[in-house]
Amino acid sequence: MVRISQFDPKLFIEILPQLAEGAWVTLKITSISIFIGLMIGIVAGMGRISSNYIFRWISSFYVEFIRGTPLLVQIMLVYYGIPALGINLPPYPAGIAALSINSGAYIAEIIKAGIQSVHRGQMEAARSLGMTYLQAMRYVIFPQAFRNVLPALGNEFIALLKDSSLVSVIAIVELTRVGKQIYSMTFNAWTPLLGVALFYLLMTLPLSRLVRYAEERLGKYTKS
Amino acid sequence: MLRKGLENTPKVRVVELHKYFGNLHVLKGINLEVKKGEVVVIIGPSGSGKSTLLRCINRLEEPTSGKIYLDNTEITDPKVDINKVRQKIGIVFQSFNLFPHLTALENITLAPIKVQKRSKEEAEKVAKELLRKVGLEDKASAYPDQLSGGQQQRVAIARALAMNPEVMLFDEVTSALDPELVKEVLDVMRNLAMEGMTMIVVTHEMGFAREVGDRVIFMDGGKIIEEGPPRQIFSKPKHERTRKFLSMIL
Repeated sequence: MVRISQFDPKLFIEILPQLAEGAWVTLKITSISIFIGLMIGIVAGMGRISSNYIFRWISSFYVEFIRGTPLLVQIMLVYYGIPALGINLPPYPAGIAALSINSGAYIAEIIKAGIQSVHRGQMEAARSLGMTYLQAMRYVIFPQAFRNVLPALGNEFIALLKDSSLVSVIAIVELTRVGKQIYSMTFNAWTPLLGVALFYLLMTLPLSRLVRYAEERLGKYTKS
Repeated sequence: MLRKGLENTPKVRVVELHKYFGNLHVLKGINLEVKKGEVVVIIGPSGSGKSTLLRCINRLEEPTSGKIYLDNTEITDPKVDINKVRQKIGIVFQSFNLFPHLTALENITLAPIKVQKRSKEEAEKVAKELLRKVGLEDKASAYPDQLSGGQQQRVAIARALAMNPEVMLFDEVTSALDPELVKEVLDVMRNLAMEGMTMIVVTHEMGFAREVGDRVIFMDGGKIIEEGPPRQIFSKPKHERTRKFLSMIL
């Protein structure tokens, strides 16, 4: 308890703006990454159930590789590996690239499940009207699939928001790194780090509420 | 009642059609000609291959061998644009398969707008006419969930008709309906037949077959066992198997 008594309310108030700024960076990085991850996930998710052997194999390899290796290793692979190939990659693009590629694999599985959750009669009905496979996907399958997996996508966003703390190791000044910096300057551990945790909670709690609300509203299609 | 006269040109022609599901031989050499404006009703026990035959005609199932023609176009030719062909062959399913995220009107206009590139105004005008035709003009903005089975199936018929098909396929379209809702769907189909639509109907509704069908085909074990005018099939079937089947259901 001696150490907890280190918690310094005055310091806490003082560092709030810095923490808020770090939280804002975390939110931005996560949002951009989840958006790019969604694009990757849609393509890879379609690949997972494609009848094209090569497309399916590449997608499966990608998903298995990402899910079977630590995110920290993936971040370092991108940040140290790509410059080793002679391509200049600053921390922020590297961090966003790593997080996007990582979330893309998890989103691919969500999208795959979403597509499979739509009754196959829907695809048949769409194709029977002369739609191409892609038109049927775009206008008939995806709108229903997205609705079904919205909670899962929300949970993935929350997970990525927390995992994004790992990009602090490649010199991106997001929420976690802000806390660590304050700690190294003040040698006070509890005040900045509890502050960091609090800011993560402030972001994840409303999000998980939103996900639960979306889950409850799933079901019938009617005019809202 | 007046019925537009049948023409003598075959609209759909099926030649030596075989279909396997794995090792299962589902269609064993089907030959069939349907004239323009003709209403052909296919009956038979479940598992006889009648739905598979129907689904082969717009290639929702790929035939294993054999040929299918629409007018003079071989639609089983791999080079044919199947999406073009399917616009000419409408199908209505047992389970309706309406798009649940779209209103009745949007269900009908989606393909005309996206596939045939018609304007939204034009597509909606046609859709409203079709809804009136199936007796649902007041349900344009309803979602499928808000409609009864019979209403959903009528919207599904309107959706297929919106593409201006030359042939309509009906795959046991009343089998999933409560008995009191069957008639409203059959009435729509009867009117369509009167207007001269070429129709191939897989059904267990023998009353409809007898009254509206120009020809009844009895299938069993993946083969056409017997065909003829409804009166003949129902009162003087030539084949033992046909007799047996009819005695079980009539």
